[in-house]
Amino acid sequence: MRTFSYVRAASPGEAVGLYRPGAAYLGGGTNLVDLMRLGVAAPDQVIDVTGATGDSISESDDGGLRIGAGVRNSDLATHPVVRERYPLLARAVLTGASGQIRNMATVGGNLLQRTRCPYFQDTGMPCNKREPGSGCQATAPGADTEHLAILGHSPSCVATHPSDMAVALTALGARVRLAGPDGDRWVEMPGLHRLPDDTPERDTVLHPGELITDVELPPPPDGRSTYRKVRERASFAFALVSLAAVLDVGPDGRVRDLRLALGGVAHVPWRAHIAERAARSLPATPETFARAAGEELRSARPLPGNEYKVTLARNLIVAVLEELAP
Amino acid sequence: MTRVEGPEKVTGAARYAFEYPVPDAVYAYPVQATVASGRLRAFDATEALAMPGVLAVLGGVTTGTFGMENFELALFTSDAVTYRGQLIGAVVADTLENARAAAVTVRARYDPQPPDAVLRPGHPKLYRPEKVNPGMPADTGYGDVAAGLAGAAGRVAVTYTTPVQHNNPMEPHAAIAAWDEAGALTVWDSTQGPTADRDTIAAVLDLPPERVRVISPHVGGGFGSKGTTRPHAILAALAAREVGRPVKVALTRQQMFTLTGHRTPTIQRLELGAAADGALTAVAHDVIEHTALRTEFAEQTAACTRVMYGTPAMRTTHRLAPLNVPAPSWMRAPGETPGMYALESAMDELAVALDMDPVELRIRNEPAAEPESGLPFSSRNLVACLRAGADRFGWADRDPRPGVRRRGRWLTGTGVAASTYPARRRPSSATADALDGGYVVRIAAADIGTGARTALAAIAASTLGVERDRVRVELGDSALPPAWLAGGSMGTASWASAVAAACEALLKDGSHGSADTAEDVEGDSGFARHSFGAQFAEVLVDPLTGEVRVPRLLGVFAAGRIIDPQLARSQFIGGMTMGLGMALMEATAVDASAGCFVGLDFAQYHVATCADVLDVDAFWIDEDDPHLWPGDGKGIGEIGITGTAAAIGNAVYHATGRRVRDLPITPAKLLGAG
Amino acid sequence: MENAEVTRVTVIVNGEPHAVVVDNRTSVLDLLREKLGLTGSKKGCDHGQCGACTVLIDGRRANSCLALAVAQDGAEITTVEGLADGAGLHPLQEAFIRHDAFQCGYCTPGQLCSAAGMLTEAGPSAVTDDLTADPSLTPGEIRERMSGNLCRCGAYVNIVKAITAMAGHDGSQA
Repeated sequence: MRTFSYVRAASPGEAVGLYRPGAAYLGGGTNLVDLMRLGVAAPDQVIDVTGATGDSISESDDGGLRIGAGVRNSDLATHPVVRERYPLLARAVLTGASGQIRNMATVGGNLLQRTRCPYFQDTGMPCNKREPGSGCQATAPGADTEHLAILGHSPSCVATHPSDMAVALTALGARVRLAGPDGDRWVEMPGLHRLPDDTPERDTVLHPGELITDVELPPPPDGRSTYRKVRERASFAFALVSLAAVLDVGPDGRVRDLRLALGGVAHVPWRAHIAERAARSLPATPETFARAAGEELRSARPLPGNEYKVTLARNLIVAVLEELAP
Repeated sequence: MTRVEGPEKVTGAARYAFEYPVPDAVYAYPVQATVASGRLRAFDATEALAMPGVLAVLGGVTTGTFGMENFELALFTSDAVTYRGQLIGAVVADTLENARAAAVTVRARYDPQPPDAVLRPGHPKLYRPEKVNPGMPADTGYGDVAAGLAGAAGRVAVTYTTPVQHNNPMEPHAAIAAWDEAGALTVWDSTQGPTADRDTIAAVLDLPPERVRVISPHVGGGFGSKGTTRPHAILAALAAREVGRPVKVALTRQQMFTLTGHRTPTIQRLELGAAADGALTAVAHDVIEHTALRTEFAEQTAACTRVMYGTPAMRTTHRLAPLNVPAPSWMRAPGETPGMYALESAMDELAVALDMDPVELRIRNEPAAEPESGLPFSSRNLVACLRAGADRFGWADRDPRPGVRRRGRWLTGTGVAASTYPARRRPSSATADALDGGYVVRIAAADIGTGARTALAAIAASTLGVERDRVRVELGDSALPPAWLAGGSMGTASWASAVAAACEALLKDGSHGSADTAEDVEGDSGFARHSFGAQFAEVLVDPLTGEVRVPRLLGVFAAGRIIDPQLARSQFIGGMTMGLGMALMEATAVDASAGCFVGLDFAQYHVATCADVLDVDAFWIDEDDPHLWPGDGKGIGEIGITGTAAAIGNAVYHATGRRVRDLPITPAKLLGAG
Repeated sequence: MENAEVTRVTVIVNGEPHAVVVDNRTSVLDLLREKLGLTGSKKGCDHGQCGACTVLIDGRRANSCLALAVAQDGAEITTVEGLADGAGLHPLQEAFIRHDAFQCGYCTPGQLCSAAGMLTEAGPSAVTDDLTADPSLTPGEIRERMSGNLCRCGAYVNIVKAITAMAGHDGSQA
């Protein structure tokens, strides 16, 4: 680990003021410290923002929710309002990592955590995300692709975003407040994370120095919702594929509203707009769900070794929607 | 019995290798090769030497002299790079952080060669080793296998494959080395065998054994990976000699994947033939596995087939492909683990082909003597285990049809498989002394979590005719009477005889007794000694997601006399838990182009978590075997893993009608094509 | 080449304050093990993937390998050495011994601290059906909540037995 100076910021303004190239913001440390020890991240200054952004959750006037970026994951998941009104979000957070990590990790840090692609994590391997232009070992013949992307990837990068919470926030249409050198702004989700294109070194649309201060949720959507995460073992594992789903069926048995977001399939939490459009206003039947899933996954381009994710994503959409349908 | 060292372990007072407060110690951090094949052309430590706190940099190609040739341990004497991760140097510094920060600044340059790290059938370099671990012939056979197969009413010809697996004990390999002014070396190491470790370190460093002492009272698991001396211990000694201060080395979890051994992948061809009534007519088990380029290890994968079932014709073969991989070595139940997975899965396929109950098929083929050798079994109770297990599990009235049972979103099924492991002992010595109203037993045994300390105290107490709390056992130190290592399920059997004999000698003498079982052990022959068991699994499989869960796992074992029920149960269940991981999730990926293992951490190498382990239970049938040795134990540390993966795989078939012949059975495989 | 940046912090470990100058890179785990002589907390992976390093930080279970010491100024840390009151054993420690909930013992301090923390964590888990009610600590709940602590010896069955016995004994309910 490279040596670094450490400073604590007491407010977003102070944090942003302290920021300069080579600095990194520190939340719970569950991703940054991991990456620093691997040599993947090497800031020379660490700005501790755990006290700089709010660590409380409050209901907003429009019936939505405002979540401070400093809220710890376990506090988010066990908050009575989240459990009651946004169960999808609570479930997603509860499936992530371990109890210890959920206690340490902040909401802001969770959104910004980096891919767990094995080649990204190994500084001895070529990786365009770590070192633009160095190549991508994951696309070389015989690479280990089992946990990599099937949607939205590019020749430069086939990594996936690992966060469960972000998938739920994407389905819920959250928006994220950023404080930055040029002032504050809001970014909608989806839209915080970006596809790799030929600049995979940028995971998100954040400009250097920008700091997440809050996450805002609109009022909870109508209908029933859930988060399903498929993994190789029963706990403490990243998703092979996960799904956040909200389904609202009218008294006529037709789909009134559908939100779908997939995890484990792309560089971003993948909002399945095509499936949503394909199912809207149609009868809420397995046939409708299967057709919608098929539409969404038509553009999937699996890698040799992860074709199963296409089947899994499709099956998951159908199974979960059948479960949510009345 | 509760474990003797329980209070130390639960209070954090038990010290492991890295944790001894050796004054003035500094830290060494390894430097590893980043190419899989080639020559090390340059090793530039200039930047590293200028980093804060750095005392020395070892490595590159040096003219260090060692007492023996050993590619893994005679460090930094060769420019050959034969696997990615190979040790090419180390930085010694005043703190962990400084050593590690400097290590990444070492500049190594290579003349790389295209690597070859992927095992495949038909590999051009496949060869037959002279022997397979621990010293058996690579190929055996008798009878006419071709005729037996040709005339069979039921026939199975299948290929089963298992991946690279890693032992991954919770405690990383670590050592502290300190030289005294007289040139004697003390190493606090994490080892399964202080005597063997001391002997190897002394031989490598060209020292008389009495100038080296290995101290290792507590070991955080080994599962085979700490059964032979590993490079970290030599590195610590070399670094300590270089800087004139004690040096501490702890491998990172990532480094463990290339520097502490692994289980070879296997490609196993099973051909079984049987008459309509289930009597085997031929069994052929042909194995392909890998070894390192400079160090041969031949896992005895087909050896189990030589002992399991009666058949008029049999063939077992082993072939090795030398690849750009680290040296494979022992991982819990080497040989039996992958071999029984394939054999017991193939037997299940045969039962299906014959439309016969898989428990009955095995009972039908119970041999009168050890099939390959003809030796009589000292005791064998596989049939009793199968019957008792079937009874406990509720196997009667099992509907054999696959893919027809549902529980909500899950398909359900059950499976059975046999387990086996050889029972052996090796020479060991011990002393017993009366001291302060109690007794002290000394033996350079190792307690790696098996409860050996406790079991030996019980054996000593029982021999001496006293309460257990009057006996103290000292182990884990090469200064104690030499003993065999903890491995091959031979530990307790080897040590128990020595301890019992030493105590008997004390009773005769009044205050002191010693024993060496070498002569006795030589007399152990003429019988085939094995533990056997039967394992039953119930699985849930979601056909849409490929998720597999194991709500029930049951083992019934026959392993001689069990010393303590609580310790034994923990060992059996521990082995079965590792078998569950093997069945469903454990695999180290091999990158073909880079020629190396990838995913070198616990986030990618999945071992079973608490949530994966539901109802797992073990029972046993006490065996009264007069042909064993004092203590009458057969060793139980490894048999638990040998039958689990097949039981689970067979249950997955029963649940789904799909036979996955490649471990681990993951959603990717269940959802993948075919 | 700059020397290590260091910071003076005070951490209260098992009730005792320690004013130390730490290399900013030092984890709480390494501070405990290498500087404070408290080797009870274990390094199993150093990346938050095994839980062997679990301690309580300000009463909540955390992976000490991922906590930078420099960021824990003023924190109250409880390690396995501080679980018991005085010379006796904490009921969890006794339960672990009684139920043989360990073999090699290396994951054990982390299991104990994790269990101690877990028993105070009300609220649902990933296996809880009704998110709005606080579930009771069934074996299934315990298994899920303890899944951040790997045990390669496979002592899970007995670990769950020991914690179940504890959960009933002191009336704890999630």
